[in-house]
Amino acid sequence: MPNIAVRANELVKWFGEGEARTYAVREVSFEANLGEMLYIVGPSGSGKTTLLSMISGILRPNSGTVRVEDKEIWGLTDDEIADFRLNTVGFVFQDFHLFPRLTTAENVAIPLILKRRNWNESIKEAMEYLEIVGLKERAHLPPVKLSTGEQQRVAIARAIVSHPDLLILDEPTASLDGDTGRRILDFVKKNILNENRCIIIVTHDSRIFGYSDRMMKMEDGKITEVLKGDLNEK
Amino acid sequence: MIGILKLGYKLLVNDKSKFAALLVGTAFAVFLMIQMTSIFAGILQKSSSTVINIGAKIWVMDPGVQTPVNSIPLPDYVLDGVRSIDGVKYAVPLYSGGALVKLQSGIYQSVTVIGLDDASLFGRPEVVEGQIEDIYGENAFIVVRDQEFPKLENPKIGTTFELNDHRGVIVGIAKVTISGLFGIPTLYTTYNRAIQYIPSLRYTISYILVEPKSKDDMPHIKEEVERMGYEALTADEFMKKITKFYIYQTGVGTNILIMTVISFIVGLSISAQTFYTFILENLEKFGALKAIGIKGRELVYVILFQTTFASLTGYGLGVGLSSLLITVATLRVPNYTAKINYLNLGLGFIMVLIIAGISSYIGIRKVIKIEPFDIFRG
Repeated sequence: MPNIAVRANELVKWFGEGEARTYAVREVSFEANLGEMLYIVGPSGSGKTTLLSMISGILRPNSGTVRVEDKEIWGLTDDEIADFRLNTVGFVFQDFHLFPRLTTAENVAIPLILKRRNWNESIKEAMEYLEIVGLKERAHLPPVKLSTGEQQRVAIARAIVSHPDLLILDEPTASLDGDTGRRILDFVKKNILNENRCIIIVTHDSRIFGYSDRMMKMEDGKITEVLKGDLNEK
Repeated sequence: MIGILKLGYKLLVNDKSKFAALLVGTAFAVFLMIQMTSIFAGILQKSSSTVINIGAKIWVMDPGVQTPVNSIPLPDYVLDGVRSIDGVKYAVPLYSGGALVKLQSGIYQSVTVIGLDDASLFGRPEVVEGQIEDIYGENAFIVVRDQEFPKLENPKIGTTFELNDHRGVIVGIAKVTISGLFGIPTLYTTYNRAIQYIPSLRYTISYILVEPKSKDDMPHIKEEVERMGYEALTADEFMKKITKFYIYQTGVGTNILIMTVISFIVGLSISAQTFYTFILENLEKFGALKAIGIKGRELVYVILFQTTFASLTGYGLGVGLSSLLITVATLRVPNYTAKINYLNLGLGFIMVLIIAGISSYIGIRKVIKIEPFDIFRG
């Protein structure tokens, strides 16, 4: 029986009020398991980023619950939610959001520094993760000196450096060419995914669908279809 | 927390152009503020030069006196009256007035003449060439060697001049703590010679200098002098009165204040605008930090640290620059008047803290509002 990493129940999110109210997510329930790479796919405006934000402690739902590690996250205080994001969730943003004024190693060390770890120790540990993503030699360069693919790997190293149980990747291949995108996903699946971690990826890049363990299709704020394993297998 | 602040430090300092603009803005503002207030402090100090150089504990004067140069002569009986007050150890007259001297070259030069009590020479300057006793010699004057000294054609001992058709002879060269405000050379002589050489009104005593038996006698002496219809002020009180006059009854105080406020506004504008641009450019990054897990108050600490660090560094640079300019100007420009004291340093510091506070407020308001969800949404 799989260990459940995330359990979302009847999540609803709308924006605006009165006649301007627009539903982004409508009563969505799903589970994501440890050791699983779950894709959320769908067209723009289907609500996948909103859903991702609600399960990662970034956007408060209007109703419904999210349990991560058996903890109801939206019952936590603001500080506790910030701690939850810092300790439990790793983010890889679509535009990476690396800091151009810091070195690559310092960028990777940010979550450790926010955890109040010693600066030098944080950098040392960041170097280990840069080695994992194959960028140890470029640790002292600012991210702007790296290629887009390398920046993506730096973002991944930053996301996993604090050992999160839940790794969130938002459109990870949006700014990569096909080959680089596939190489990155191959790397993530082989080296980052493990039995204690769940990876949720929001994408509409069909070139990387083959790496998913499970795929949820969203449309108009609802999950319309769940595909398992091989994409051809429903 | 040190690591988080170090992160803030690196984000700020590594953005070299913004950091330089912040430093230049703050340093420039501090430089102008310190300059303005230092010049004012210098003017105030020089305006009190007579009080400082004479060094009397109590000054008796007409209540209408505002500054030492505009003395209102006192009748002789006031001197007798003051001497008879309990608690007065001694009281002596002082003459302070302006005159025109005709130099050997034939040109006329304005001078300030200080006439010291003949018996005690109370308030005498430190003589560096000649002897103080030589002041009792015929037509004797002692000249002060300060920035104005060359205006008397660099006189030596024995140099003669004319004062109101009287012959004057330089018998000594002295130095004083502070030179006067108005760029006029100073001559010391005896009280009696001063009133003899310089055309006077009916009364001749400019001030009565009082030495009390003890500090406790001062209030009583002041009361008794007041009863006589005159005013007795301690040296500090007299200097405060002079300061008040220059602040409130001349345009100097107001103009300096306006210039200081303008400097503050310029500094604030540059610093706050630059810091706001810095925040705007890094807004997404701050949002990303929030998404990763930084707490709101930690972000506030980071911004406070950044503005405080930039402001204090700018303050240090501004004070350094001001000190350098004042030092160089004092060496090169004879009449340059500026004095850095704790008050104008403190004022500059408070202004800088206000600049840092306003810049922080603008930054914090913007950063607190950014939602991590906006980062996801792109």
